[in-house]
Amino acid sequence: MFAKKFITAYCRISNDSIYKNGNVLFENKGVEVQTFLLSAYKHFDINYSRFYKMDNLSKLGWLASEMLLKDNFQKEKYKPEEIGIILSNANASLDTDEKYFAGIKDIPSPSLFVYTLPNIVTGEICIRNNFKGEDAFFVSDKFDSDFIKNYVAGLMDRNILQACICGWVELLREEYKVVLFLIEKSKTDNAISFSKENMNKIFDNQNEEM
Amino acid sequence: MQDIFIISDNILSPIGSTTAENFEQLKKKVSGIKKYNNTLLSDAPFSASLFSENINFIKNSRQSYTRFEQLLIASIEEALNKSNVNAANKKTVLIISTTKGNISLLEAEAITPDLEKRISLSASAKLIAEYFGFINKPVIISNACVSGIVAILTGMRLIQSGQYENAVVAGADVISKFVLSGFQAFQATSAEPCKPFDVNRNGITLGEGAATVVISSKPKRSQNIKVLAGAVSNDANHISAPSRTGEELSYAITKTLNDAHLSAKDIDFISAHGTATIYNDEMEAKAITLANLQDTPANSLKGYYGHTLGAAGLIESIISIHSLKENIVIPTLGFEEIGVTNSINICTDLLRGNFKNCLKTASGFGGCNAAVVFGK
Repeated sequence: MFAKKFITAYCRISNDSIYKNGNVLFENKGVEVQTFLLSAYKHFDINYSRFYKMDNLSKLGWLASEMLLKDNFQKEKYKPEEIGIILSNANASLDTDEKYFAGIKDIPSPSLFVYTLPNIVTGEICIRNNFKGEDAFFVSDKFDSDFIKNYVAGLMDRNILQACICGWVELLREEYKVVLFLIEKSKTDNAISFSKENMNKIFDNQNEEM
Repeated sequence: MQDIFIISDNILSPIGSTTAENFEQLKKKVSGIKKYNNTLLSDAPFSASLFSENINFIKNSRQSYTRFEQLLIASIEEALNKSNVNAANKKTVLIISTTKGNISLLEAEAITPDLEKRISLSASAKLIAEYFGFINKPVIISNACVSGIVAILTGMRLIQSGQYENAVVAGADVISKFVLSGFQAFQATSAEPCKPFDVNRNGITLGEGAATVVISSKPKRSQNIKVLAGAVSNDANHISAPSRTGEELSYAITKTLNDAHLSAKDIDFISAHGTATIYNDEMEAKAITLANLQDTPANSLKGYYGHTLGAAGLIESIISIHSLKENIVIPTLGFEEIGVTNSINICTDLLRGNFKNCLKTASGFGGCNAAVVFGK
């Protein structure tokens, strides 16, 4: 029998709002995505200068990971190699691809080029938290909870990972949505079972106080 | 764990359109890398391994496929035809590996929502799945330069989980102005053909290619090579520079060996990533040394193919698999004198022996590392 796995925290950022575990943490309605992300970063008083270098997709995913892990995640329970990140989205890094390509007629920007890969957001979260376990970035037209759940469960059942951040991080111009799940084997307060049904409910925000 | 067999494969590159053709070219030290003066791709002259511009990879198609999709279709078709795997079987899954897919479409057309949909990897995957009649939704990996190895490991895991019996794992990337300008801006490219692990190496050479492996829980022949194990790790250090210590790649290698119940002395040769950038090769040599593999013959195939990005892990894995079959290790083209701090055993001549297991490694932007072991 494999150990049970739980969603011990989750975070969603969409519609100019940040939710964690179903509760709203921050809102800044009607502003551009760039402004929204910066206002959230400042609101939570995070001191991390790398944030300013990131492209919008990385800012979004990184900010969601900060919210996901703050207050409750006990990193010291795990070795760095036991914590992994499995992400997915629909448009890979197209937002930054377009910005990079618009600039190459003049001088191609190496600092933009490095963000023209979707898994850079994974790298940013790993750098911030010293997570060194398995990562993968999958592309699908919409969030495939069944695939992500089975893939992550497989990695944890085989003890390749003991904790995993997984989910969806999508951004194209002003359209964005990130939903991250923290998956662990020990049941914490408010933890819910790691199932595709629970992931779908959280993804579609059926559990939030609107 | 259930055994996973490589039952068929294909490499489609500028030096050959089947694995056998490619392997013969490598034995003769034939490289696909040439010098180009093509201002559509780059203002400055550059070296690369490219397909000729007017080549048609698939004939008589009613659908219009991009170059990226044509490469994948042609490669998958040859590999599937040689296997006994039915694409339309509900136990067969298609896995696609790429870094930039259809990004060259940005260069040809104005950006519209329709173009953005056409660029999306799901759109390509859907067209390719329909071409062959795959009924399951394709899995797409885009994880920088480790994509090809991660795709093989994903296939292995999906089969071991019982969900599928067969995985058709294919990867491709085309070299466009987008990709070339980026690596040039990064000052990561070499004007001359790349020199992996050499003292005079000064950057990568890019290349185009596609490759496919068909893996299955059911062997077709008794001598089918197996995917024994693999692992992925992250440096957690820098998004565009590799680890200073090589510890994280070494971790992926050691974990792979442990999972395969092998020790360092069981590995007969290593197919390294060997991009010929100063820092990649330095890091890789450190990792190989940390894993106690410094005396094991190692090669890099970048001198033949250039860096084929999302196809690289697959192309180089397939060459490794055929090296095991033929008991021949391919020399490292471009290498003359060791130029990494930890002196590893770079293979410079065709090496013959009785080889049982080989290790394939890769590392990429985002700090990712991957390792896989193939064995008889």
